[in-house]
Amino acid sequence: MNIKSKPVDSEGFDRLLTRIAHEILEKNKGSKNLVLIGMRTRGEFLAKRIQQKIKQIENIDLPLGVLDVTLYRDDFRTRLKQPEVSVSNITFDINERDIILVDDVLYTGRTVRAALNALMDFGRPGTIQLFILVDRGHRALPIRADYVGKNIPTSIDEEIKVKVKEIDGEDAIYLLESENKNN
Amino acid sequence: MPLSSKHLLGLQGVPREDIQLILDTSITFREVLERPIKKVPTLQGKTIVNLFYESSTRTRISFELAEKRLSADTINFSVSGSSVGKGESFKDTIKNIEAMKIDMIVVRHAAAGTPLYLTKISDANVINAGDGIHEHPTQALLDLYSIREKLGKLEGLKVCIVGDIAHSRVALSNIYGLKTMGAHVSICGPATMIPRNIEKLGVKIIYDIDEAIQENDVLNILRIQLERKAREYFPSIREYSKYFGITEQRLEKNGKDILILHPGPINRGVEISSLVADGKNQIILNQVTNGVAVRMAILYLLGTLN
Repeated sequence: MNIKSKPVDSEGFDRLLTRIAHEILEKNKGSKNLVLIGMRTRGEFLAKRIQQKIKQIENIDLPLGVLDVTLYRDDFRTRLKQPEVSVSNITFDINERDIILVDDVLYTGRTVRAALNALMDFGRPGTIQLFILVDRGHRALPIRADYVGKNIPTSIDEEIKVKVKEIDGEDAIYLLESENKNN
Repeated sequence: MPLSSKHLLGLQGVPREDIQLILDTSITFREVLERPIKKVPTLQGKTIVNLFYESSTRTRISFELAEKRLSADTINFSVSGSSVGKGESFKDTIKNIEAMKIDMIVVRHAAAGTPLYLTKISDANVINAGDGIHEHPTQALLDLYSIREKLGKLEGLKVCIVGDIAHSRVALSNIYGLKTMGAHVSICGPATMIPRNIEKLGVKIIYDIDEAIQENDVLNILRIQLERKAREYFPSIREYSKYFGITEQRLEKNGKDILILHPGPINRGVEISSLVADGKNQIILNQVTNGVAVRMAILYLLGTLN
């Protein structure tokens, strides 16, 4: 993997989350009915950041859950490697709530499709809104994000890497070039 | 890392990483069982045959539930009401079932080695649900999971298996699994029910139940299998119960908080008293719940191998 550029550094990262937190509150006219669901792995940490931002603005702690969508994926038969599963942790009732679903990168949309199915098995939410830190294009399914941190048009040979302080040591978005172009 | 084998025939020789993977994956499925909709689409389109040549309630229902909760299609086969009664051979039955395009077979049979034989005549993934007095790996794995869930670890724990060791597939699978995971395993029972040379597996033999309670963190109490002529190995049920039955008084006398497991079905008043079977030390029904999660994990790990 070669780093091509770093479109967003840690300061930009924080401003971006601040803007999104305000957008979420504006669109939902406050935070009354909101819950946050982060998709493993990095979506979980992004959701926590949004939770902190909203706490600063509205002084309210939104419920936060973590979703693992491995069991809902559609690529079991085509992948060479068996995906590792981990645990979803949603301890509150999502019925009739407005869910902000959080993930780092939106690409084909297949992971979001899996997440929508998974959430329906936890209950019947009022709405599900999607917050994506980076939209890199190349959708394979009719899915779009309600809140986009940054649109970064990419070619198929490129890759987006989102790093978060909690596990990667820094907040940043990188654009990488895949070394194996046939992959 | 995926499992190193496409079948689960027993725990003998199964590497520690595989057991660890199954136990860790089970945590995911344990969570699924707590959801309002206890079903995931993971094995959609897979067909699983439950081939039960021996009677079973818990294991069969547990497997069936696990399969359904993974969205697999299941077929239940039991000897009564099948063409086995018309004289069809085992191999022919399997060949015919396999011709219907199935992906996995869960098998229970009175003859040890049946699951291994199945792997040679069929392409399906085979899971042993108990073969004779050989192994019952899914039971041992759910025991391991339940112990770890309660005590937080397996490494270094002292576990004693009590009862008819010689005729128990649960005992053998537990010994292999627990040893691999670093537990200290002992067995306790009447001398007639302790198989010769069992100490070569690295287990300690204890003949006195009070000593077994004193020394261990966990007791896994086996059912006295009256249908397997267990009565021929000791003078009377009353005597067995007197010397090896786990009672409240016995636990109190030894003044010990010990974790109690039992694979079921329980013979109340024989190997375990009603008070203990419903008491605060036992996790018998947790074992049953965990059994579904552990079997889901095994089905998932084998069923999604490429």
